[in-house]
Amino acid sequence: MSVDASTVRRIARLARIAVAEDEVDHLRGELNAILAFVEQLGEVNVEGVEPMTSVTPMAMKTRKDVVTDGGDPEAVMANAPKSEDDFYLVPKVIE
Amino acid sequence: MTELTTLTLAEARDRLRKKELSSAELTAAHVSAIEKARSLNAFVLETPEQATAMAEASDARLAKGEGGPLEGIPLAIKDLFCTKGVRTTACSHILDNFVPTYESTVTSQLWRDGAVMLGKTNNDEFAMGSSNETSYFGPVQSPWRRKGLNAPLVPGGSSGGSAAAVAAQLCLGATATDTGGSIRQPAAFTGTVGIKPTYGRCSRWGIVAFASSLDQAGPMAKTVRDAAIMLRSMAGPDAKDTTCVDLPVPEYEAAIGRSVKGLRIGIPKEYRLDGMPAEIEKIWQQGREWLKAAGAELVDVSLPHTKYALPAYYIVAPAEASSNLARYDGVRYGLRVDGKDITGMYEATRAAGFGGEVRRRVMIGTYVLSAGYYDAYYLRAQKVRTLIKRDFEQCFAQGVHAMLTPATPSASFGIGEKGGADPVEMYLNDVFTVTVNMAGLPGIAVPAGSDAQGLPLGLQLIGRPFDEETLFALGEVIEQAAGRFVAQPWW
Repeated sequence: MSVDASTVRRIARLARIAVAEDEVDHLRGELNAILAFVEQLGEVNVEGVEPMTSVTPMAMKTRKDVVTDGGDPEAVMANAPKSEDDFYLVPKVIE
Repeated sequence: MTELTTLTLAEARDRLRKKELSSAELTAAHVSAIEKARSLNAFVLETPEQATAMAEASDARLAKGEGGPLEGIPLAIKDLFCTKGVRTTACSHILDNFVPTYESTVTSQLWRDGAVMLGKTNNDEFAMGSSNETSYFGPVQSPWRRKGLNAPLVPGGSSGGSAAAVAAQLCLGATATDTGGSIRQPAAFTGTVGIKPTYGRCSRWGIVAFASSLDQAGPMAKTVRDAAIMLRSMAGPDAKDTTCVDLPVPEYEAAIGRSVKGLRIGIPKEYRLDGMPAEIEKIWQQGREWLKAAGAELVDVSLPHTKYALPAYYIVAPAEASSNLARYDGVRYGLRVDGKDITGMYEATRAAGFGGEVRRRVMIGTYVLSAGYYDAYYLRAQKVRTLIKRDFEQCFAQGVHAMLTPATPSASFGIGEKGGADPVEMYLNDVFTVTVNMAGLPGIAVPAGSDAQGLPLGLQLIGRPFDEETLFALGEVIEQAAGRFVAQPWW
């Protein structure tokens, strides 16, 4: 399988990465090189094989459902590019 | 002063304990070595004031006889580990103003045990790369050069800064992470020792995530013993990472010098590649002879799905990366570039913040997880991953204790030499290491020889899950036979 220019634009949109029109062709080439490389997995007989979900056999750890951390809005907000009164500021999303 | 930087971690520790040396002196020697080695670009942030303060506190504890296992030992930290109050960027523009308000579990355990932080080391952006050339802060130069030549070489990647810092004797050890070979390949390229422990041995909490089912932290060090000492402090249970196992951490250093007599060492035939340099084949043969002479038994084994590990990795790792890196949205931390609306802001931020390799992988990951392609790519790759792991399990079930392979298919190469036209050319560097991540196993790279141009070459030992001790015992045999490989300063 290989991707065309419109698929490259669609993937970029899904990934939320702006791609300039003059980059599309170059990106298409790069993505197709990787897709051509992974194509060989088609040779493997995976009939009846379970997909891996955990690389080491382990039971999911559980803990008591209690608050373990928090109450420190300053630490949480310390790296926010734009904020006001401990709220993150974003462009308007609801008209 | 300079001779203090030639000590191994174990030697420095013993001298500190005997009060023949102070951490202040030891740390000052390394701080000064780092300043002189800036041309290598191994560090993206030096923290000399913090180092001095930590060293003084260590000296006070040592004076009272209260020192921890790493008391007063100056270490370098890969810039993928969050360090409280100290800028942490993953060497990405999207995080280049990020100052964590928390400390990663692994580094907190190093400080708990008395270690001193010298600074943050360079790496490929988000650990995506095999040469340290994708870093936003520029490439790292290896302390090694081809005999009689001045062309700058790569230290490997993604932990290239950590590898260069250890090889250039700028620190007594460094933290690193390994998703497809990012500890072992740079170790092999720089004549240093690097171990990727079993998945779940070290907590991933506070480490910038790349591919969560593959990422694992580990040490890079001058010797096998030093790596064992560091791993003892880095590993251990952590309630903050549900994939981190609740197993006690062995005294790894006790495995150094342990007999390897009677151990069965698998030699996987699939690791003999067409067109592999004769020098790689030669050190592999040499490694087999050393282990045999030490009493180990060599067994030919087969890992039939080896050739599919790298292509499966280039589906699984980008898929997980595309999911993990979705958090960089310009809202809560990191770079923000304004756009005409919120989607425009996301798209502009991520276009400006991610470098070429990261963008490529996020896009591949997005594609293989997208509707209509999931089964063909991602699900198939996860099934192949099951088969790769099964290959190893079958060998271990037949009584194999560990496997010996080359660490890399070549020695180090020049900056700018690979991957320019085809990204896959760079990916092939990890052909021998990536299987280990896919199967969640421990793997250690140990220097074993040099090529005709004087560049170091490494061997890899792959172990059973949570049997890092056997890797340390076997690694020590190789190190004792091969000797150490120390770069001669030119910087």
